[in-house]
Amino acid sequence: MKIGVVTFPGSNCDADARYGATVTGNDAIQLWHKETSLPLGLDVIILPGGFSYGDYLRTGAIARFSPIMNEVLRFANSGGLVLGICNGFQILCESGLLPGGLIRNENLSFVCKDVHLRVENSVTPFSCTVKLGTVLRVPVAHGDGRFTAPQETIDRIEGNGQVLYRYTTATGDATPESNPNGSIHNIAGIINERGNVMGMMPHPERACEPILGSADGVSVFASLDLHVAHSILI
Amino acid sequence: MKTYTASITVTLRRAILDVQGKAVEHALHSLHMPALGNVRIGKHIELDVQAPDKETAHGLVMDACSKLLSNPVMEDFSVHIMEKASGVPA
Repeated sequence: MKIGVVTFPGSNCDADARYGATVTGNDAIQLWHKETSLPLGLDVIILPGGFSYGDYLRTGAIARFSPIMNEVLRFANSGGLVLGICNGFQILCESGLLPGGLIRNENLSFVCKDVHLRVENSVTPFSCTVKLGTVLRVPVAHGDGRFTAPQETIDRIEGNGQVLYRYTTATGDATPESNPNGSIHNIAGIINERGNVMGMMPHPERACEPILGSADGVSVFASLDLHVAHSILI
Repeated sequence: MKTYTASITVTLRRAILDVQGKAVEHALHSLHMPALGNVRIGKHIELDVQAPDKETAHGLVMDACSKLLSNPVMEDFSVHIMEKASGVPA
């Protein structure tokens, strides 16, 4: 599997995302945000975490208009797999590839800690190696992670099974205390209707080896790996 | 062509909890100003527009607000256009 990780001005998790992607034995290359074409044979694009363009105006609002985003939109609209982590999730919402948006945490504080995530849909390219209801431990690090959307959008994504991860306790209960940022319905990660674009605020690339405290984030990369290998076999 | 100044205010939609506004409201109340409430924090953006008339300037700014300056999923905006040279409302 060949993964491209976009570097925007202000990205700071791009190297970690490339490293996380290689843990399952894949190739990961850097894609500069000014590129106007993508390398051939790319299976997955990752928009990494960070503070693209200093988070000026709104998180992800300016990166969404970087030259490479035209190609990312084209790639996604033709069925290519796109993963946005943290600032990448914010960019995907700004670009319209994912519904809703991410605003200032409810407690107005930057939150940096391990959280628990319950897998709400295990038949996606991003979660097909984990069982439904599995609780993962993965860190978050953000100031603007409160997922919000109009009520009809929330109803639609809940009804469609587009909520992929929810913040929970270690035992899988979605309580107000286990919600680090005030996200509606404890939403931590979502997919688009087609199922090929995913955004999540937690950082799976920071939980990809036991020495980092958790290797639960590997499930995202391993699932992509399995999905792409299976697609090639078909 | 004339130069206009656009004054733009962007705020979170009413339905979305404005936590900064809430925090400021609590601070105002702790300063013994209980008559003040419903605080909303937003952004103020000013920019110049070159256009033949006010309507065209307004249209250009509305387009900029929809595409970049606000996120229609979660924000509302209002636009006020003034002719720059005189500083008098156009």
